[in-house]
Amino acid sequence: MSDLQQKPVNEERRTLLKAGAVATGTALAPGVLLFGAAQARAPEEPASDKVRWGMIIDVNKCADGCNDCVTACNEENGLSGATGPQDSQWIRKLNIRHLKTGVETSLPMLCVHCEHPPCVDVCPTGASMKRADGIVLVDRHICIGCRYCMMACPYKARSFVHEPLTDQNPEVPRGKGCVESCTFCVQKVDRGENTTACVEACNAAGHKAMIFGDMNDPTSEIAQILKTQKTTEIRADLGLNTGVRYQGI
Amino acid sequence: MREIIRAWGLTALLAGLLLAPAGVMAGVEKPVLERGKGERCVEDTEYMRRYHMQLLKHHRDDTMRRGIRTTKHSLKGCVECHASSKTGSVASSKEDFCMACHVYASVKLDCWDCHATKPMKKTTPAAMPRLSPLTVGLPGGQQP
Repeated sequence: MSDLQQKPVNEERRTLLKAGAVATGTALAPGVLLFGAAQARAPEEPASDKVRWGMIIDVNKCADGCNDCVTACNEENGLSGATGPQDSQWIRKLNIRHLKTGVETSLPMLCVHCEHPPCVDVCPTGASMKRADGIVLVDRHICIGCRYCMMACPYKARSFVHEPLTDQNPEVPRGKGCVESCTFCVQKVDRGENTTACVEACNAAGHKAMIFGDMNDPTSEIAQILKTQKTTEIRADLGLNTGVRYQGI
Repeated sequence: MREIIRAWGLTALLAGLLLAPAGVMAGVEKPVLERGKGERCVEDTEYMRRYHMQLLKHHRDDTMRRGIRTTKHSLKGCVECHASSKTGSVASSKEDFCMACHVYASVKLDCWDCHATKPMKKTTPAAMPRLSPLTVGLPGGQQP
């Protein structure tokens, strides 16, 4: 953890990543096919660490008052949609105001799927885990509901299920006594759809503020943007190398 | 004379032993399971009876941790095949597939605290409700 707390190291990693992306992009011209095959992997093939799923959210395109990403997430994952202190929220819309200029922005916040997730660091049972392709998940089979991960997460991304649930979505098992958070719609990703419910909803609403993709695939839209435009990590000072990045904040 | 009595006694004892199980069986009925929808199970019935939990546990770790989503030993597959024709579920009544044996053997199941007991609904996205009615009910039907 110590090497991650210093910004220079993080910068170095970023440049290295950038260089790596350029190198693979040029050297692997036929490798485009390879990447394509890796994304639509067979059911028996495990998630690969060659892939790193990520998201870019352009705050300027995100419409004030639009809640479509949240609604779509609730529908896909079977959340109630209630926003009380004991309700699960995997993605939420925030309105932030700059204290000096007064500029108001609206943006969605969700689990940012860190490369070095603090929730995984603190989990006493190993339930909080990062999959090879960078998706941070909770293994509810061994989660004891201690909620250390909720305290460790700087993004307030996790929720605890307080009450028994019924009629869950067969693809998204959830239950009382476990912590949960955004899964990057892992069921869709594993089906090869390579998108998430929130991104689909944002596109359907015509805002196109969210882009989901493989950050390691030089041909993907997300990798292109990361390479050519400025993106911001929230709490970049923590050196977590988040998978969700923002533009326009 | 004593030997004759002993022989009679033994016969009576044996008869009693043989008849006893029939009496016990009358009180506890063996579970009757509904036949699954598929042609045959993914493994032999005898094997499944003894080892289904190992298969499920192995598959759960593969799926959860590594993203392997084969369907052969998946819980979702079990549910799709074995959901009851009456309740549409594998565990909502005592006669449903999972519960029938687990009630008989008195083994508590935790799977269904989180996993859906009914197969996936085949609905088009447009026909689905805007907000799924999965809210945990409070007394008086209030939203929490």
